Amino acid sequence: MNEDELQVAERGCDDSFYSLNRRKFLQGIGGGIIIFFTVGDPMAQGQSGGGKERPDFNAYLRIGEDGRVTGFTGKVELGQGPITSLAQSLADELDVSLESVDMIMGDTALCPYDAGTWGSQTTPRFGPVLRAAGAEARAVLIGLAAVRLKVPKEQLGVKDGVVFDRTRRERKVTYAELAKGKKIERRLEQEPQVKGVSEFNFIGKPLNRSDAREKVTGKAKYTGDIRIPGMVYAKVLRPPAHGAKLKSLDSSAVDEMEGFQVVRDGELVAILHKNPDEAEKALAKLKADYDVPEARFNDKTVFDYFINNAGKGRVIESGGDIETGHKLAKDVVEETYLNGYVAHSPMETHTALAHFEGDKLTVWASTQTPFGLRRDLTRELGMSDENVRVIVPFVGGGFGGKISNGQAMQVVKLAKIAKKPVQLAWSRADEFFYDTFRPAAAVKIKSGFDDSGKIVSWDYAIHGMGGRGSKLFYDIPHNRTTQYRDLRNGEKQHLLGTGAWRAPDNNTNSFARESHIDIMAARAKMDPLEFRLKNISDEALRRVLKAGADKFGWTPAKKAPSGRGFGIACGYDVGVPVVLFAEVKVDERTGSIQVKRVVCAQDIGLVINPEGVALQTEGCITMGMGYALTEEVHFEGGTVRDLSLGTYELPRFSWVPEIEMVLIDSNDSPSKGAGEPAIICMGGVLANAVYDATGARLFQIPMTPERVKQAL
Amino acid sequence: MNETISFKLNEKPVSLTTDGERPLLWVLRTDLGLTGTKYGCGKGLCGVCTVMIDDMAVRSCIIPVRSVKDKTVLTIEGLAKNGKLHPVQEAFVKHDALQCGFCTPGMILNAYSFLLKNPQPTRKDIVEGMEYNLCRCGAHIRIIRAIESAAQEMKGAR
Repeated sequence: MNEDELQVAERGCDDSFYSLNRRKFLQGIGGGIIIFFTVGDPMAQGQSGGGKERPDFNAYLRIGEDGRVTGFTGKVELGQGPITSLAQSLADELDVSLESVDMIMGDTALCPYDAGTWGSQTTPRFGPVLRAAGAEARAVLIGLAAVRLKVPKEQLGVKDGVVFDRTRRERKVTYAELAKGKKIERRLEQEPQVKGVSEFNFIGKPLNRSDAREKVTGKAKYTGDIRIPGMVYAKVLRPPAHGAKLKSLDSSAVDEMEGFQVVRDGELVAILHKNPDEAEKALAKLKADYDVPEARFNDKTVFDYFINNAGKGRVIESGGDIETGHKLAKDVVEETYLNGYVAHSPMETHTALAHFEGDKLTVWASTQTPFGLRRDLTRELGMSDENVRVIVPFVGGGFGGKISNGQAMQVVKLAKIAKKPVQLAWSRADEFFYDTFRPAAAVKIKSGFDDSGKIVSWDYAIHGMGGRGSKLFYDIPHNRTTQYRDLRNGEKQHLLGTGAWRAPDNNTNSFARESHIDIMAARAKMDPLEFRLKNISDEALRRVLKAGADKFGWTPAKKAPSGRGFGIACGYDVGVPVVLFAEVKVDERTGSIQVKRVVCAQDIGLVINPEGVALQTEGCITMGMGYALTEEVHFEGGTVRDLSLGTYELPRFSWVPEIEMVLIDSNDSPSKGAGEPAIICMGGVLANAVYDATGARLFQIPMTPERVKQAL
Repeated sequence: MNETISFKLNEKPVSLTTDGERPLLWVLRTDLGLTGTKYGCGKGLCGVCTVMIDDMAVRSCIIPVRSVKDKTVLTIEGLAKNGKLHPVQEAFVKHDALQCGFCTPGMILNAYSFLLKNPQPTRKDIVEGMEYNLCRCGAHIRIIRAIESAAQEMKGAR
């Protein structure tokens, strides 16, 4: 298969791929060298479920007969830059130029199974697998070159895709020449030797995004930009509330209009038309009646509802005896911390296009989980994996929200009924309504410290969410962490859709923990940094605390609050120790908070693309200001009140602080993900900085001007 | 009501017959096949759909196509000339001023229009000029830097 054919296949215009399983794909791929490969236990890939879908390999790459290197991965490009950093890793292991590496991503017909692009797993988990495959391909090429040049392998070197005899450099052969006319498949039984830090040409060097040119010219294709002949657009009729049941539907006004088609499948109602704007406009002409369940709580009462109706908790971590601990304390502090529902609100709303041809289905979708979507589609439609292909073009932001694929499930039903290709892009209001929000949650903490400022007890209760980020890294002898996921009467806690939102649970857990630590520090009359260092023996975290403090220029204040507006918060996410220092200014008259400066220090192990890490860190800090300062979904029962960017306020240019970053030098340890850690402390660091500026302690985020004024 | 609307699009004359009330955004994306201009909110709140009409940055999702009659429309597809990126595009690439790229066409055209009016902006001017274009990935700081550098570049080109 040449590049043109590959591109055709990507666009989905060549249906010969439908029937190809892996074996056939490898047979049909044409000449060249293919490496398929599994490193380690696939379960360690962060891939749960899957079962029979999980193949015996999780990476492959091809050296084409033209010498170009193509990496195939089920990961997708959400904006976080793996298209660049993965290519960077491959180029290094294969000793080729970056320009000669292509990445084919997120296509279930071309790429091996992958559980999804989430949880900062791409660089730490998939990266090493791809590098190993690259190293193996290089070894194969060197072996071929040794035969061709009649030179021992050990005597050969490689540069820019050319293998040469180190003793006589004019004796050389290119990868293209080696791959030409060959058909070599390799499955690796043991892990090959990848390069060490000193041998890297590209890894560790700051690189601009490789997809930037396409994205600044408008050429980059997102799902909504795909067009196929005969396609129509759908707009769905959004119910008034979660849990609402459609009682009756009168579509007669639209049925009479030419070019419009009303489709109903159970609760799903949609209008199809050749123009999406006209389909949307026609929705107003539908008369629908719903039964809406009674609201049990809203955005103000949700926390009390969870706490007062809590069922039996589950202890997820404990040590010592909590009552003994409280007795040892000189001072016991008890507080409750609240954090509401937050929307993902990617700039690209959930979009999908479904195209049935005979017994085959192709779905283009903006998703973080192409293979998860394929599984859901095959189950829903009773189709086989071979007959369903999911293709993920560029994705306009995910943040966890595109792990769920509601739009794609809707559009296949519509396409099946309408018997033509249908594209559906959720409206912004749909996006807010169907979103799987970060769950509202409350955290209750009761803790004590002794005369020396050592924390002796820590009783931590989580209502409404999970425990990511709650694992204790403070040295506290008597501790207990309890998670409450169910209500006493057996009801589900959440009426609204909930799911993973960039560093799930950890934003709320870190806000609660770091606020509470600061309160204890102030009561112990200790500097917040000193108090943390006194209670943390974890070396990695101590290193980032000190490095961040140096960069920030942290000095102990004479009193707390100092009036300087300085805050500190630290934590762990996906194994990354991270600390933020911030400076804020609070307008006491309006209650508005201006973040002046944020310093982030973290240890992410081997850095593949420092520029990508900077981009992710800045992104985390900027996005984190949203959940810390303004973002909160207002609702009444199952009715979502915020359905527009006019009331749900995202961070803007005028909010952006000066951002500085410290990366601990630890290139000899494995890479960890950088897409999430820096966001976890934004709530805590800003709450602590607001306290330091004003003496007002906020126990609820977002810290809206009204809440700040109230706390003052 | 259907009417015939003619205007200049990326320096080429176009003419089409459609309901003049339809938003320019969807006429561009569907009837005219230019998908570089994106849908973000449909209410003029996010700036993702920004195009330029007679050098003014306008949100195409709330502009009826009728209103561009006899005017000049520039979309992201028309900004690079003969394969050479415009200085604003070049600066976005150089400064990595994007992540997912979905807000990027709107950001670039809003910035370009802003620089035409204010070729030597201060950082504060840029922040004010870009304030109502949203980016969810958090590329703001780099977008500001890119616009500063594009301003320098464009001044040099004069």
